[in-house]
Order: sequence, then structure tokens, then C-alpha cells
Amino acid sequence: MDKFIWAFIIGGSICVIGQILMDKFKLTPAHTMCTLVVTGAILGGFGLYDKLIKFAGAGASVPISSFGNQLVKGALQEAQQTGIIGVLTGIFEITSAGISAAIIFGFLAALIFRPKG
Amino acid sequence: MLQGHQSWVFKNRPVIIGSAAIGGPFEAQGNLAADFDLLHDDLWLGQDSYEKAEKKLLEQACETAIKKAGVKKEDINFFMSGDLINQIISSSFTARTLGIPYVGIYGACSSSMEGLAIASLMVDSRFAKLALAGTSSHNAAAEKQYRYPTEYGAQKPPTCQWTVTGAGAGVVSQQGEGPKVTSATIGRVVDLGISDPFNMGSAMAPAAVDTIEAHFRDLNVSAADYDFIATGDLGRVGHIIARDLLKKHGIDIPEEKLTDCGMLIYKDTQPVFAGGSGCACAATTTYGHFLNRMRKGELKKILVVATGALLSPMSYQQKETIPCVAHAVSIEM
Repeated sequence: MDKFIWAFIIGGSICVIGQILMDKFKLTPAHTMCTLVVTGAILGGFGLYDKLIKFAGAGASVPISSFGNQLVKGALQEAQQTGIIGVLTGIFEITSAGISAAIIFGFLAALIFRPKG
Repeated sequence: MLQGHQSWVFKNRPVIIGSAAIGGPFEAQGNLAADFDLLHDDLWLGQDSYEKAEKKLLEQACETAIKKAGVKKEDINFFMSGDLINQIISSSFTARTLGIPYVGIYGACSSSMEGLAIASLMVDSRFAKLALAGTSSHNAAAEKQYRYPTEYGAQKPPTCQWTVTGAGAGVVSQQGEGPKVTSATIGRVVDLGISDPFNMGSAMAPAAVDTIEAHFRDLNVSAADYDFIATGDLGRVGHIIARDLLKKHGIDIPEEKLTDCGMLIYKDTQPVFAGGSGCACAATTTYGHFLNRMRKGELKKILVVATGALLSPMSYQQKETIPCVAHAVSIEM
């Protein structure tokens, strides 16, 4: 039960930060997203984001900051196995499912639906 | 002829012998639905893009205005039009359909009165027998170009406005029956440093005030000479700022005499944030609602001050502030 509450609090807090970036600092949605991704990547680089996921579960793994963490994680993992080129080949290794899903489902939705406004 | 620094007085009193307003589904639910000549329940108008839908709106507005004027399009000498789509394609493509010699203009949402002022100038000076002024905007096309496609689902603050889907057009003639264009004041570009494209009303308010002030000064008139003064699309937020600015500049306009097309066009219950905006906001309200009321004898003399925010998506991304302009046209019955 604790885990659910922490997931709610941590996940919600990340969203609050995003909302503040948009409302108070006048960042565009794209800039807000990038800021969260980069923050996640930096935390991931220091090994902190995985600890956050362990603590808050989906509260930390669902928000977009988790994407930044996974980019770094993939790059580091691959670099350890294949050397420096692994930074380039590994960056999308973990995230490829998410990216491919976004493209494929986006394409399928565009085939079926028409925007209403 | 020129009067004062930036105003034209039309001595020959060019007549708007026909005008039309076309609207979309959101306008059909609005306050002024009865004053539209044609209302579409489909945002696409049966076309395969919103830009094509907007062109169709403008074509219909022009064709309806010409028909109501009882003239043939071959008799119209010049067509003045502008819109918000890149390179004003709605206007240019409509001009292609109409085949009327064409002057493309760009004043963003002030294009409606900019076009009417130039058309009246041509007719008054006898450089045209008949001139057509028109403009259009489309909510989804404007959102796509200036902000985000609606389906992206970006959040909006309450200061932002709702672009009117519609088009308005008027035929100006040397003689005939109808409301007469008696003067126009061309505004200068004013920029008080606002850079938020979700708060255009505040950006445009100083331009509206500047033009109203110039109009009063050049023509030596006051609010008492008009039934009302209608700004184009300041919305509720910009309207309050315009009132404060007018007071600061010592210009007295009684509360009931200053209105805004962006506040008139939609019902309070519609989710339009601070009100309507877009070229079609002032255009449909003027060519539809206001002129209808004039023809019915409810209004004698009005001043329409169409306001335009002269930003581009590129200038906004490069963090430029928003320069604004307003053009005023006085219409008498």
C-alpha cells in the first residue's frame, strides 16, 4: 500500500514541476518535455533515477523523465559491452519499444481517424 | 482626402451595397448566428484540409456579397483581401477563383478594416467603380500554424482566444443603397513588449487605443459622434486594458459605447477563453451583425477598429515581442 501512495506523490510531483515550468516559467510544452527528459537523463547518469523507481515504482517510471533515464542507461550498458561506439548504438536500445510504438500507433490512428479541430 | 496626420475622409461617401458573413459550427452556436448568411456544421466544409476549407469560406463570402449587391463579378474592378495563412493563400486562391484584379494585403486580424479602407479609398477617389473587400480565418488552420494542432492537446491559459471560423466580404460602390463608409484612420504599429502569443488581446489593446486617439484627433470627433466604437478582437482581457489605457490618455468613452467583436460573437457559455479572435472576428461581426443593424435603422454611425497582431510563428520562436496595428473605419447609415 505504501508503494501506491509514494507512486502517487512522486509521479504527481513530477507533473506539478511540469505544470509550473509551463505556467510560471512560460516554457512551451516541447521545452517542458525536454527539460524533464534531460533531468531524468542527468539523474540516471548519477545512478539516482533507478533508486527513485525502486522507491516510487510507476510514479517514477511512467513520467517522461524516465525516458531520459533509459536513454542514458541504454548508452552506458552498451558502452560497457562494446566500447565507446556503444554510446551511439545503445542509446535507443531500451527505449526502442516506446519510440516504435509511438510511431506505429500514431500511424494507425492517423489511418482511421480525422482530427475534429 | 487626407485629414490630419493619418485619416481619410471620403467626401463621395462610398456605399457598401452588399455584404456577407459566413461561419462555422462554433459560430452557429454563438450570439450572432442569425446575422450570418450561411453557417456550416462541418469544420472541414467537405474539403480535405482546413486551409482548403478556409478558402471555401472566403469564396462563399465574396460570392454571396456580390450576389446580394446585385452586380456581376466581372463589373468589380478590384478585390482587396488578406488572411492569416502563410503567404495569404486563402485570399490569393479566392482571387484566382473570382478572377477580379487583386490587391493582396496583410494586416493579420486588422485585414478586414484595412481592406475596407483601401476599397473605399479607391471608390471615393474614382479609381474604382466597384471594389470588393474580404477576409477569412479558420480556427483549426490558425491553431495549426500559430500554436499547436488541436489533437496535440497542448494546454492553454485563460487569456488566450478562440479563432473565428468564417469569412466576411463587402462590395463598395460609388452609388447605391446601403451603409456608407465616411472615413478611415490607418494605424501605426505599436509594440509595448508583450511576447506571449496566448495573450494577444493585451498586446493589441495599445494599438487600438492609439488608432482611436488618432481618429478622434484627426477628425476632431469624440465618442459622442458614434453609436458605439467596436474594437476587432481584443477579447475580455484586452478590452479591460484598452479601457484603462483610454482613461489614462484622457479619452472619454462611456462604458456602453465601447465594445469588442471578440466579446460579441460568442455566448458566455461557450468555451472560448477570453473571447473570439482572427480576421473573421471583426469581418463577420461587421459585414453581418453591424451592417444588418444599420440597414434595419437600429444604428446610425459606428466606428470599427480592427486590431491585428503582426507576429509570425518564426518571430515568436525567436522570442520577438508582438507588434500590433489597428485600422479604424467609420460607417454611417
